[in-house]
Amino acid sequence: MAAAAALEAAAPPSALWGLVHDFVTGQQEGPADQVAADVKSGSYTVLQVVEALGSSLENPEHRARARGIQLLSQVLLQCHPLLLEKEVVQLILFYENRLKDHHLVIPAVLQGLKALSLCVALPPGLAVSVLKAIFQEVHVQSLPQMDRHTVYSIITNFMRTREEELKGLGADFTFGFIQVMDGEKDPRNLLVAFRIVHDLISRDYSLGPFVEELFEVTSCYFPIDFTPPPNDPHGIQREDLILSLRAVLASTPQFAEFLLPLLIEKVDSELLSAKLDSLQTLDACCAVYGQKELKAFLPSLWASVRRESNQRRTILDMILGFLKLQQKWGHEDKDQRPLGSFKDQLCSLVFMALTDPSTQLQLAGIRTLTVLGAQPDLLSSGDLELAVGHLYRLSFLEEDSQSCRVAALEASGALATLYPVAFSNHLVPRLAEELHAGGSDLTGRNGPAKASRHLRCLQALSAVSTHPSLVKETLPLLLQHLWEVHKGNMVEGSSEVIAVCQSLQQVAEKCQQHPESCRYFHQTAIPCLLALAVQASMPEKEPSVLRKVLLEDEVLAAMVSVFGTATTHLSPEVAAQSVAHIVPLFLDGNVSFLPENSFPSRFQPFQDGSSGQRRLVALLMAFVCSLPRDVEIPQLDQLMRELLELSRCHGCPFSSTAAAKCFAGLLNKHPAGQQLDEFLQLAVDTVEAGLDSGPCRSQAFTLLLWVTKALVLRYHPLSSRLTAQLMGLLSDPELGQAAADGFSLLMSDCTDVLTRAGHAEVRIMFRQRFFTDNVPALVQGFHAAPQDVKPNYLKALSHVLNRLPKPVLLPELPTLLSLLLEALSCPDGVVQLSTLGCLQPLLLEAPQVMSLHVDTLVTKFLALASSPSMAVRIAALQCMHALTRLPTPVLLPHRPQVIRALAKPLDDRKRLVRKEAVSARGEWFLLGSPGS
Amino acid sequence: MVGGGGGGVGGGLLENANPLIYERSGERPVTAGEEDEQVPDSIDAREIFDLIRSINDPEHPLTLEELNVVEQVRVQVSDPESTVAVAFTPTIPHCSMATLIGLSIKVKLLRSLPQRFKMDVHITPGTHASEHAGKLNKQLADKERVAAALENTHLLEVVNQCLSARS
Repeated sequence: MAAAAALEAAAPPSALWGLVHDFVTGQQEGPADQVAADVKSGSYTVLQVVEALGSSLENPEHRARARGIQLLSQVLLQCHPLLLEKEVVQLILFYENRLKDHHLVIPAVLQGLKALSLCVALPPGLAVSVLKAIFQEVHVQSLPQMDRHTVYSIITNFMRTREEELKGLGADFTFGFIQVMDGEKDPRNLLVAFRIVHDLISRDYSLGPFVEELFEVTSCYFPIDFTPPPNDPHGIQREDLILSLRAVLASTPQFAEFLLPLLIEKVDSELLSAKLDSLQTLDACCAVYGQKELKAFLPSLWASVRRESNQRRTILDMILGFLKLQQKWGHEDKDQRPLGSFKDQLCSLVFMALTDPSTQLQLAGIRTLTVLGAQPDLLSSGDLELAVGHLYRLSFLEEDSQSCRVAALEASGALATLYPVAFSNHLVPRLAEELHAGGSDLTGRNGPAKASRHLRCLQALSAVSTHPSLVKETLPLLLQHLWEVHKGNMVEGSSEVIAVCQSLQQVAEKCQQHPESCRYFHQTAIPCLLALAVQASMPEKEPSVLRKVLLEDEVLAAMVSVFGTATTHLSPEVAAQSVAHIVPLFLDGNVSFLPENSFPSRFQPFQDGSSGQRRLVALLMAFVCSLPRDVEIPQLDQLMRELLELSRCHGCPFSSTAAAKCFAGLLNKHPAGQQLDEFLQLAVDTVEAGLDSGPCRSQAFTLLLWVTKALVLRYHPLSSRLTAQLMGLLSDPELGQAAADGFSLLMSDCTDVLTRAGHAEVRIMFRQRFFTDNVPALVQGFHAAPQDVKPNYLKALSHVLNRLPKPVLLPELPTLLSLLLEALSCPDGVVQLSTLGCLQPLLLEAPQVMSLHVDTLVTKFLALASSPSMAVRIAALQCMHALTRLPTPVLLPHRPQVIRALAKPLDDRKRLVRKEAVSARGEWFLLGSPGS
Repeated sequence: MVGGGGGGVGGGLLENANPLIYERSGERPVTAGEEDEQVPDSIDAREIFDLIRSINDPEHPLTLEELNVVEQVRVQVSDPESTVAVAFTPTIPHCSMATLIGLSIKVKLLRSLPQRFKMDVHITPGTHASEHAGKLNKQLADKERVAAALENTHLLEVVNQCLSARS
């Protein structure tokens, strides 16, 4: 060829001649890589290779010629980045010519063109020329699979780098490609071909008059009918093909007129999978189709959906997809909504599903009802009344239909935002009656059943509180109910009050979306709850057990979460009003804003000795610690001093802890400056005085812990000094264990104070920072500590590691691992559990490092798998399971022993332990066994 | 190969290419009793069913539960007497995969249940060509034949695939 002549002067080295000869005549494969490597290293040029091939490229014997071209193509595949533009031009010319050659030669030619299609130096115009030549000369579908794949690769490469040039070909390119893929049957090739069609459409290549042809050539595979052969090394699943075909079919409204009749036909298919695929494809079409495309087909589509009667669930799923579609463009044309005429049939279908014994059908019915309700002006008030009736019934379903009940509650919430009047008329009164009737006498016969019905009633009330007008009905009902409990009209335990509070909390959560509801809830519920609590805290002549229920730890905790949720989203004005009432209530006993405020004696939680009143500081805490940061708190200095004072109070850990938390919560939000420094100094003095003397040490420690947490979260410089003080307490005989547990509190997220939701200052990297600052000292402290307090250091450490994001931990792992392994032998169950919890993800994420310790790990995990604590057994077995991620050769020596040992927990008395044992043992069986 | 031209016939190897697919049951909810250290939980039918329902069918990318080959009502268990009986229903009466399915269930139980249990895995009566069913039930009951079957690398490979967790 011409190129060879041009470079006659540079005679190829003799080694090259030998290699070429071995490949072409000797039929050896090795020399191709050698030649490619030599070209890459610069020993000789591509043109010298051409020169050496010389006559082989034009050998009259087809096989020899194919072999020669194959060598050149293989070299090009590896060396194409080295080619110069003029070489590319000559090579393309050569290869294009060879496309006319004998069919034995074609595979090698295509390989060469594929190499050239990757070439950066390809000058403009040649991509089009190559494709034209392929379209013209090659009958692609008569080639073997691999070579067809090569053609697709050439096209894909050009589409990636020469888009503009290819678009210059206009619709000819599309037509050429249609011919290339027409009749393709191989799943691997189809995935590529579908991708190409998708790109043709999505990147706006011209389809010209070939839209229908392009549709035909792809839609003939719908619905995909493919089962991967057993042991398929390519791993292509039916689902891959379905999704990539769906992406093509649903990619353009231009296909609509062809696709919709096909989908309508397949909806009627005998095959469930075809029905579902059709529906899902229809669903995907919604994303790109407008009303124009769908309108003409709607009646027949709907008719065919309705004809279905065997698979009721499928129908409902279809209707659901269908309704979503309707929803998408329903607003475009108000007058012509074809759904209206089918409304009655739709409703009766849905209501039938809702009364069906099958849970799955009920769920589908509930989902459909929700979407149906979202269609504007579709359901009549009669339909709504029926729907609400069904939802009422479903909200009281028994334990085994949990999923339906939850779905029904969600549906009620969603529909109540749209139809508050229907729910107000038909649901709230029934729930009110239920609440009143069910609330009395839960202790008698049928007590448990009634109690659970009562609970469901409370949940249903909070579920529909999604519309401001409904909140104005449900909230008074719930509060009224609490008053009656309190007044002793009903015989209830603390669980009843807690349930009401949980319900209130959920209502408060729903109100956060609407500023007006938020204000209403806060201004209605908070004074009422405070009045109840203050009333309950008053000393009485005849102490009643009932009234004290409100002061129990769990009840107050439930109220705390209502207070928090009702406060975080307040507008600044409402918050300022509220804080001006509540702080004076606690500091000065000013009860004037409470709804029922004639109490037998004064409310003085900070001065008076009554423990009941002191406990209510928890409510103050929930309120002031949830306020937005810019709300000014009146009498702050006095409040902080009172809180510190109360935090020292012994004999009532609930109150002193609440005071410490409240102090810490306010400290965290307080802007830096002189006042903050004063508060800190006061706190440090209080802590130090308390830790010195006997009776209040534990209270002082609690204060230290919370203040430290408040400062750690905001990166305050004093936090390191306080952390060091906490670390020192790890070897304290009295407080050591509490200090170790304290590290868990420092690292974890609280729910009531110091939360992001409650506007606390929480720096996102505080855990990493704490780790970096303190872990070396903890490790050092561990080594230096006497034997009996070492567990405290381990516990503290494992708390810190446990809460750390794993990517931060991994680099430190080798140095920490020996310590963690030692922690596994620590007798303390909490240490064991948190260490196992720490190791389990590490086994998954750092198997190489962990495999160095496999002997120790196996022994210790197996030992812990028979711990007396169920949680430890479960965690140990989960670690045994995770161990199987280590490299198999490391594990195999342990396999027989492990399988034997894991037989024992299979017979554990706890089911949750057996479950972990089964999965761990199953995985160990598969290790190194064929087929795994 | 993928059937083109409007839904051709897929993979000729399958005996039942388009089986009816059943719903999977949800995870068993954890009860307060199960979380209580002190309360022993006995091995019940649901627990056995949970062991076998996720076994993969040898020829479909589906589980035995999805094909309705196993059902909780066809599991009998007595923890105090240490006995388990599982009846399974091949998707079609002459299914040649029945042996493999039975073997997979048996192996799964052997690996997952305490040794004290006596296990009986058999074909649901009346759902399979009777002569074949009798022979198969006998094979599955014979410890040595099960052990011998698992010595066969190919068979073990298929069984392991059925028992592997699919992602």
